[in-house]
Amino acid sequence: MSDLADLTIHEAGAGLRTGDFTATELLDATLRRAAVTEAHLHAYLTIDHDGAMVAAATADRSLAAGDDDRPLLGIPVALKDNMVTRGVVTTASSQILAGWNPPYDGTAVARLREGGAVIVGKTNLDEFAMGSSTENSAYGPTRNPWDTDTVPGGSSGGSAAAVAVGSAFGGFGSDTGGSVRQPASLTGTVGVKPTYGLVSRFGLIAFASSLDQIGPLARSVADAATLLEGVAGWDRLDATSYDGDLPDISGSLGAGVEGLRIGVVGELTGEGIDPEVLAAIRVVLDRLSDAGASISEVSLPSTEYALSAYYLIAPAEASANLARFDGVRYGLRVDGDTTEEMMAKTRADGFGPEVTRRILLGTYALSAGYYDAFYGQAQRVRTLVRQDFAAAYEQVDVLVSPTSPTTAFEIGAKVSDPLAMYYSDVCTIPSNLSGDPAMSVPVALDEAGLPIGFQVMAPALGEGLMFRVAAEVERAAEFTVRARLATSEVDA
Amino acid sequence: MTTWEAVIGIETHVELQTATKMFCGCPVDFGDEPNTAVCPVCLALPGALPVANEQAIEGILSIAEALDCTLTETSLFYRKNYFYPDLPKNYQISQFTFPIGVDGNLDLEVDGETIRIGITRVHMEEDTGKSLHQGETGRIQGAEHTLLDFNRAGVPLVEVVTEPDIRSPEQARAYGAELQRIVRTLGVSDARLEEGSMRFDANVSLRPQGSDRLGIRAEVKNVNSLRSMQRAIAFEINRQTEVLENGSAVVQETRHWNEESGVTTSMRSKEESEDYRYFQEPDLLPLYIDEAWRRRVRARRPELPAQKRARYHDLGADSQVAALLVDSPDLGTLFEDAVAGHADPRQVGIWLTGEVVAYLRREEKPIGDTGLRSGDLVELAAMTAGGDLSSTAAKEVLGAVLAGDGNPQAVAEARDLLQISDVSAIENAVDEVLAANADAVEKILGGDSKPVGYLVGQVMRATGGKADPKVVHDLIRTKAGG
Repeated sequence: MSDLADLTIHEAGAGLRTGDFTATELLDATLRRAAVTEAHLHAYLTIDHDGAMVAAATADRSLAAGDDDRPLLGIPVALKDNMVTRGVVTTASSQILAGWNPPYDGTAVARLREGGAVIVGKTNLDEFAMGSSTENSAYGPTRNPWDTDTVPGGSSGGSAAAVAVGSAFGGFGSDTGGSVRQPASLTGTVGVKPTYGLVSRFGLIAFASSLDQIGPLARSVADAATLLEGVAGWDRLDATSYDGDLPDISGSLGAGVEGLRIGVVGELTGEGIDPEVLAAIRVVLDRLSDAGASISEVSLPSTEYALSAYYLIAPAEASANLARFDGVRYGLRVDGDTTEEMMAKTRADGFGPEVTRRILLGTYALSAGYYDAFYGQAQRVRTLVRQDFAAAYEQVDVLVSPTSPTTAFEIGAKVSDPLAMYYSDVCTIPSNLSGDPAMSVPVALDEAGLPIGFQVMAPALGEGLMFRVAAEVERAAEFTVRARLATSEVDA
Repeated sequence: MTTWEAVIGIETHVELQTATKMFCGCPVDFGDEPNTAVCPVCLALPGALPVANEQAIEGILSIAEALDCTLTETSLFYRKNYFYPDLPKNYQISQFTFPIGVDGNLDLEVDGETIRIGITRVHMEEDTGKSLHQGETGRIQGAEHTLLDFNRAGVPLVEVVTEPDIRSPEQARAYGAELQRIVRTLGVSDARLEEGSMRFDANVSLRPQGSDRLGIRAEVKNVNSLRSMQRAIAFEINRQTEVLENGSAVVQETRHWNEESGVTTSMRSKEESEDYRYFQEPDLLPLYIDEAWRRRVRARRPELPAQKRARYHDLGADSQVAALLVDSPDLGTLFEDAVAGHADPRQVGIWLTGEVVAYLRREEKPIGDTGLRSGDLVELAAMTAGGDLSSTAAKEVLGAVLAGDGNPQAVAEARDLLQISDVSAIENAVDEVLAANADAVEKILGGDSKPVGYLVGQVMRATGGKADPKVVHDLIRTKAGG
């Protein structure tokens, strides 16, 4: 099966420049793929046919004029629907923003447009990025192309599924506690959570401001690097964006791991992790050792408390971030006899149960008399987690672990058990608390044929090192399988 | 019977007149059509983020510094959470622990006594939008619907909080007035109470005289002038006195001042007040104000009103006149220029705060639209000191100069107001009057000084009123031996 939609970004970019095909043809292949897969997956909430056609035609003109080396020129990409796009409905998968048509582009979106990328559409997510399965969407769940009875992970499950199945060449999600890496792991794609501040959050609908970070999803480590470079860099509209020199990411690929010290996080490679996942990680570690890296076990003792701390800090920030959805200025409005009643009804009807749960949790954690015991304590744990990472990086260059404790689980399996669902992010949350970069690389399939992700973590702004190791993981794992829609209909 | 002492603390909000809002690039402009100075940030659209305005930080630093505050090295922004339709994010970016300035003070002179008001804190926040309640009352109670204007949302707002050091409505007013002068002198706000660019809330409680414990306080809002603040506090002291003397307890609550009826009414009780769930604003970095920055702020501190009053007084203006001149910087400048030209400071001060102020009020003009320049004051003062003009004539000349009739010399000549103070010129008239009034001279020589006045009058009439009466008087005394 040779189809343009299965190419990597690097392959597609080369083909566009040699004239093997046009950006319009790439987009056509992408849309044809989506036409087949969307009925089964529901990766997209909105496909912007018209906007994408215009962008592809514009890219073709630039390509025809020659001498345009923008790496994302003409490449179809999918954006998580919590990234604000001018003129394209943006909902964060919430009823409260149904039909909201933004008057502005977020910074990452604007940079992709400037880079000539073709925005195919907006992808499904857990409402306001709160969830690990993309089941908490007001517009219905997204399914995993590897097995449509399972979840694609979340909250960036729509982008992950689209990239995995070829209805986009690359995608973007947001990672607050693992929302890019965990779906990458469950869909056999590469997913990156950059250093906090590397990508502007302006125009990312906030979940938890001190943790949120936009990151790419791709079908190769090199593609992920190119996508990340397309959006990274200081932004005057985000006071928390990093204003120093950017790490060299693409340039560090292929340097190998010889002489590097790789630390395996003890707390994340034991109890609670699926043995099949652990076995796959060990195979890769052996190959990295063969490639010249020294492997040792490292302890991050505070990770035991990281999950609890995260589920106080993130809801606390969310309780304020989501206060603006009140029916006054935009989005859903449910009428009431008084303004207060209108606001209360709008919020009660507009937010789904998981969002409501987290707003209540967060409000409680910040309340007078509880602040110190909950939010204050969680911030102290966050400091300890940072110190753990700092101490670990005294001993090793990068840290590794599984990305997710399990492979994709069945739709509905964890919906009624929030704590089990929260545990899906146990390996990814520590990097959000520390602010350091981390990424997931697919390395194997389990016995059920579902992908397993390998997580590489590095110190702040250590993206160069992280991608260098990730590229070696990719090479060593020889994971070349592509998602094929596992439904009887498509297989036939 | 218990004597009650009032304990008053004041919270002041000052809108800074910066080019742009506190956290976005929208202009700070109050004349615009509703909802035109708005953007994704100040409307709190999904995904928008705040970025702090450096000009506003400079503004608050100068206020904090002028109030002798300690400037915090690492200052933090917080989210203050409450739901209100004109608060777009439903939280206000404000400060909580580590505000920009702490532990300042402001010295006031009230009734000849100097008092020191402690400044607890000076912090940075953002203003809300405006709710325009449509209905008969114009207040939220009874409103049919409410319109929202977000032009003001996100305008930089400085809050200045005093210690409970104020003891009377008069002191409260004096504090408000002095703070307003300081803010204006710094040039960071026009501080107009009637337009809301400066707003006061007063916390008022009573305690038995001599007690050092604080009583239960009521917070009075909606005072739109210095006078209404004074009235509102006076009302509140009387109300609380009555409550306490009836053996009841004051309720901790927020009260609304009603300007027309002259009373405060309960808005909401603090028991049901909100928990603001403050937490550090994750979208903004801590504000680091290093020693170099603090030095720069100190170095550009202008002459503050108190210093200026002292300087004018030292130059020779009466205290009250000095205070009035400081309150009207245009007149103060004229004063300074005239004094630099060696005009009599006391006289110039009296003219400026007397005739000139009265003229400006009557004509409803700013001083720049009149004919008066500092050189005219110098000339006028010289003519008066030299005896060329009587004090009455000087006032007339001043009025004409203000009206644009010309410089003092020209006006005085045109109106024939110049006095004759040349002794030889007056002497002839004196001699003639003495010769014609021999009996009066006789009486004077006999020790009766009563006719002197009559003779002076005769000479004045003979000279058409232009002789300097003092010179005439002296001549008669000498010549008639009185």
